[in-house]
Formats: sequence, structure tokens, C-alpha cells
Amino acid sequence: MSFVFEISLLLLLLVTAAGAILVKDLMSAILLLGCYSFFLSVVWAWMGAVDVAFVEAVVGAGLATVLFLLTLFGTQPKDVRLRRPPPPIAALIGLPLLGVLMLYAAKDLPAFGDPASPPSVRISPSYLQQSYQDTRTPNVVTSVLMDYRSLDTMVETVVIFTAGIACAFILRRKTL
Amino acid sequence: MVEVFAAIFERPNFLTFVVIFLWGFYIMVTRYNLVKKLVGMYLVQTSVIFFLVSISAKKGATVPILLSPTASVQAIDYVNPLPHVMTLTAIVVGVATLGVALALCSAIYRTYGSLDEEEILKKLE
Repeated sequence: MSFVFEISLLLLLLVTAAGAILVKDLMSAILLLGCYSFFLSVVWAWMGAVDVAFVEAVVGAGLATVLFLLTLFGTQPKDVRLRRPPPPIAALIGLPLLGVLMLYAAKDLPAFGDPASPPSVRISPSYLQQSYQDTRTPNVVTSVLMDYRSLDTMVETVVIFTAGIACAFILRRKTL
Repeated sequence: MVEVFAAIFERPNFLTFVVIFLWGFYIMVTRYNLVKKLVGMYLVQTSVIFFLVSISAKKGATVPILLSPTASVQAIDYVNPLPHVMTLTAIVVGVATLGVALALCSAIYRTYGSLDEEEILKKLE
């Protein structure tokens, strides 16, 4: 039951990603990419990562789609190239080879949902057990983001501020 | 050989990650339209984040919000919160870089009148 749900969600992810890649009209590709982001957030909510799902639904499916659409309204909404030249040989051979190598290494990774996998037993139990005594916050993700790692979060806002400044300077009209 | 396929089908999250990552990367390398390249870049970013979050999943565990603050916490009852925190930062920074890239695209279109890589290169000569 749960397995069927999982496989169908992952198939929806693959189908929307393939649609965003294959569609010729860029506007449709952007909207399919928004669908892909939304299905990604559903998958994350199903995996128990609710905070990540919220952020993806707001920032990924919302803000990124709006940014893409704003760019398209200022430029041409169609991929004008009708016939593409053949792709380089290095990409055609190298990327499938890389994929085969990655899949061959799959058995060294922890199985999906394994409670005894190394990332789940080494350091995260101490965060789960001590965060309420340390920070008085029941949500562990919030306590790590805003308390243990608050400097990281502060510098992240500096990154976003820099990106905003860069956009403002790039898009500034020359004739003031 | 059979073992390898069994190992892959036990990890459908990894299979999905590999397909989306490599396809997005292929799009970034081969397409000539700049917006299409950015679609590929977005797929690469989100597939890596998807893989990191899927590592944190545990079967039979719930979201990392403590049910009762007073009871002692068993780590096996909650999914691993640390990848969630790291990927929250990664999502926001990824969309910020995407915004700068899209601003560059529209500035290029304003100057050269095209988003096709080869036409831009021709006009640059």
C-alpha cells in the first residue's frame, strides 16, 4: 500500500520533470516545472520533512516560477531553434557512463527508510534528545536552524541580500 | 548482476535522483536556449536536495516535532532533522542564484535581442 503510493509519487516527479525538459514552448515548460516543485514538496511531506516541504512549496513552486515567468514576459516565450545540431559525443557517452557507475554504487548506500543507517544513528539522536532541554522548542528543525546554527542562518540572509543587490544592479536601466 | 538490480529497486529514491540529475545536467550541456539551460540547472539543484532529504527518512517514524516535551525521546520515533536544516538553506540559496541568473538572461536579451546561445555568439564577433 505504502509502496504503491511511493512509486506513483516518484513516477509523477519523473513525468513532470520530463515534461519540463521536452516541451518546446518555454511557458509550458515553466508551468510544468512548477508542478514538479509542488510534487517534490508533496514527496517531502510524505517523507516527514514538513519544514522542507513548506519552503519548497513557497519558494520553489511559488517564487521560482514567478521569477521564470517574469523573465519570459520580458523576453521571447518560445525556443526558436527548430532543429538542434547533434549533441557532443562526450555528453552522449560520458553522462550515461556516469549514471551506470552511480547505480552500480547503489548497494553501498543505506536502504531507503532504514532506521539503522549511519546518518540516523551517529549524531542526530543527541540533537533529538537534548534540543528541548537546550532550547525549549518542540520543533527540532527550528531549534537547530535558529539556535544551534543561528550564525549560518544569519549569513544566509547576507547571501540573499547580495543576490537582491546583484539583480537590482543588473536590471537597472542605463538612462537615469 | 541480479544483486545490483535488486539493490537499485530497494532504493527508488536514488534511482529517481540519478535520472533527474543526469537529465538536467544533459539539458544544461546540450540546449542552446538560455532559459532551457536554467530549467536544467533547477532540476539538478532540486534533485540533489531531494536525495539529501530522502536519506533522512526512517520507516515508521514521524515528523521531527516532539510529541511530548516531558517524556524521554526515542530517536527511532522521529525522522533525522539535520538534513532538513541543511537543505532549507540550500533551497533558498538555490532560488537566489536562479534569480540572479534570470536577471542576467533578461539583461542579455535587452542587449542582444535573443536568448539563443549561437546567435549571441555571432553578434559578439
